[in-house]
Amino acid sequence: MGLRKTFDKLEPTFKKGGKLSAFGSFFEAFETFIYVPKTVTAKGTHVRDSIDLKRTMSTVMLALLPAILYGMYNIGVQTSLASGAAWGFWQCIWFGFLKLLPLYLVSYIVGLFFECLFANIRNEEVSEGYFVTGLIIPLIVPVTIPLWMLALAVAFAVVIGKEVFGGTGYNIWNPALMARAFLFFAYPKQMTGDDVWVAGVDGFSGATPLSQLAATGSVDYSVADMFFGSIPGAVGETSTLAILIGAVILIWTGVASWKIMLSCLAGGLLVGLLGDVPCYYQLIMGGFAFGCVFMATDPVTSAQTEAGKWIYGFLIGAFAVLLRLFNPGYPEGMMLAILVMNTFAPLIDHIVVSSNIRKRLKRAQTV
Amino acid sequence: MSEQIRLKKGLDIPVAGAASQTIAKTVSADIVAIKPTDFRALVPKMVVKEGDRVLAGDPLFVDKNRPQVSFCSPVSGTVEAVVRGEKRKLLEVRVKADGKMEYRRKKAAVPASMTKEKAAERMLAMGLWPMVIQRPYGIIANPDDCPKSIFISAMDTAPLAPDYDFVLQNRFDDVQTGVDVLSKFTKGGVHFSMNYYTCPSSEFKKLRGVIFHEFEGKHPAGNVGVQINHISPINKGEIVWTVDLLSVAMIGKAFNEGIYDATRLVAVTGPAAKNPAYVNAIQGAPMAAFADFFETGENVRLVSGDILTGENVGPDGFLGFFDNQVTILKEGDYYETFGWCKPFRCKKFSFSRTYWSWLCGRKKYDMDTNTNGGPRPFVVSDVYAKVLPMDIYPVYLAKACLAKDIEKMENLGIYEVLPEDFALCEFVCPSKVGIQQIISDGIDLMLKEMA
Repeated sequence: MGLRKTFDKLEPTFKKGGKLSAFGSFFEAFETFIYVPKTVTAKGTHVRDSIDLKRTMSTVMLALLPAILYGMYNIGVQTSLASGAAWGFWQCIWFGFLKLLPLYLVSYIVGLFFECLFANIRNEEVSEGYFVTGLIIPLIVPVTIPLWMLALAVAFAVVIGKEVFGGTGYNIWNPALMARAFLFFAYPKQMTGDDVWVAGVDGFSGATPLSQLAATGSVDYSVADMFFGSIPGAVGETSTLAILIGAVILIWTGVASWKIMLSCLAGGLLVGLLGDVPCYYQLIMGGFAFGCVFMATDPVTSAQTEAGKWIYGFLIGAFAVLLRLFNPGYPEGMMLAILVMNTFAPLIDHIVVSSNIRKRLKRAQTV
Repeated sequence: MSEQIRLKKGLDIPVAGAASQTIAKTVSADIVAIKPTDFRALVPKMVVKEGDRVLAGDPLFVDKNRPQVSFCSPVSGTVEAVVRGEKRKLLEVRVKADGKMEYRRKKAAVPASMTKEKAAERMLAMGLWPMVIQRPYGIIANPDDCPKSIFISAMDTAPLAPDYDFVLQNRFDDVQTGVDVLSKFTKGGVHFSMNYYTCPSSEFKKLRGVIFHEFEGKHPAGNVGVQINHISPINKGEIVWTVDLLSVAMIGKAFNEGIYDATRLVAVTGPAAKNPAYVNAIQGAPMAAFADFFETGENVRLVSGDILTGENVGPDGFLGFFDNQVTILKEGDYYETFGWCKPFRCKKFSFSRTYWSWLCGRKKYDMDTNTNGGPRPFVVSDVYAKVLPMDIYPVYLAKACLAKDIEKMENLGIYEVLPEDFALCEFVCPSKVGIQQIISDGIDLMLKEMA
């Protein structure tokens, strides 16, 4: 095939000693994007499973697709409601697409630039981790976010959140949440409040269910609206249904841990009992469902032992709702709950592994 | 009464090319080789020179640190070559067979009337001792030790593994004698693990003087290390021995008939093998003898052993000391356009459910040696534990090995494992981590530090 030949011809230029060897990682990333490489097993097992990180990550991207598509549609719906224009389905989608596209362009161009840069410095292959992170970041910010802020946040998340620790697989905190936390603390005005959630209509105040709850103690939206997602909110978080479809894909393929999702749900429901609204409201409002399905389950930053996953998930759910209910200054708690538990995940694992060690020592003593 | 142990974790890799239970032919072993590299941490010392004449059962080299442990020639003939690698490391001793198969004969002996010392002496003298492997570490046992117990697995669950009931047909007496010999060395008994499903029809169910265990489960349920972990896990300071069933039969024959009989039925298997079947061959047989099992000119890999733990010996290589299986695989050195994002890829097998193979039932796959992706930092955390039915945290143990943290390795169970137990972890790893090598390096480090 012509393209293959071109690659073969170009390869020496990018190899060590070649003219463009400084860009080896870029070349490699692009080549393996198009072709599964022809490398064969050298040591150890002679055959390998067909799964690789590209497949894993693309499964997560597929699971995100319903939330992205619905988010796009909902951008249009919210604007049409706010402006009073009666838009049709395709008009909503098109409007949302035009609003979301720049966010994705910024997210991927800035993020992948730093990924490739660091892979090049380290002389490693470019890891696929950012494809998922880059897809998530625009989904957890308001659609009205200025692009330069998004670019800053992405750069912060990739460089400080991930690369300084050693890149994908070594980071402590979920990089997408690092981006959101950066924005939240650096530019709170553009991230919170009631007038950031609707695009294209200046000064329109569209309160999210959570901010309504925090301000008035009750929620005006119907359960159906909150479940299907025709409410204001960050792009991808509004439709619990779309997120559930993603959850089914993740659990069906086994890519994300159902234990974390289930225990997170349980934790949220349990603490939700303390609130004034029915506890299941907590699951369909705000970013709870999105965080629970797509971010708490990040394999790198979550607990890695099976017993640890139960504890980790439960505490995320519990802390998230606890923050919502008892912290008047900040209506949403999911982001901080996940970041806190990311921090404690190694400790949970340490406790679980220590019990295995104690068991082994005890066994040695009794014999 | 035997104990039944059911293991839920594990994976039988559905690779095509199982050997049919027929004996296709007897391969002629012109040159055979014995490889010191088949033994962990062995420092060999030659006792013959090139051109020397040897009988089957004459020592070729010995363990430098324990010269009474000798390694014998499987055939009679002349020493053809002593192959050395870097730093003069001894790699192979090749013997050219004279075709007469003359044995160094000893008188038959009945183990029941022997003391432990006499039995050990005979095993050492006849080159049988290297078959006794010590855990921890997987090194050749020290004849002076008294192990807690001895474990034999009569269940090989490795991909396309030969069937013990077939390869040891009519060898019941040898196995019984072998077991009798081994039981001299321990007070803890000889544990004999069988497959729960096939053991009722197996001859070996009639063995005397062993403690039976029945295992039910997928690979690595047949790994002796996994079995030990469930029967009586190894604690710090304890020593157990393991002997594979083929070697037990060889030990038995050496007592029954007084000869070192290294002939064996070898299963020729693998997706690239034509008419996979069993052949009559011998320890250290050359791969050239299996040439008519694959198309000439095709780019294949010849593995002595199975696809998980075997060694890529190449067309000029030789069968390993313990191996009775040859696996023939296509080399996967091809590009696949957009392979990773094709939604179906029905011809690819994956343990994960990101492919469809988990819905395809008993389909067998024509696997090759492509890595199916590049190496990455460790990301997906829960896959290893799904294929390791041991009370061990594989990721943490591997990390301790990488960090060279002896105390942690000890605490996390390095004494209970060998690299082969992690072979499936390596197979399923999406990040393509070489965990067998990591564990192997860890064990080498322990050997060095504990010496």
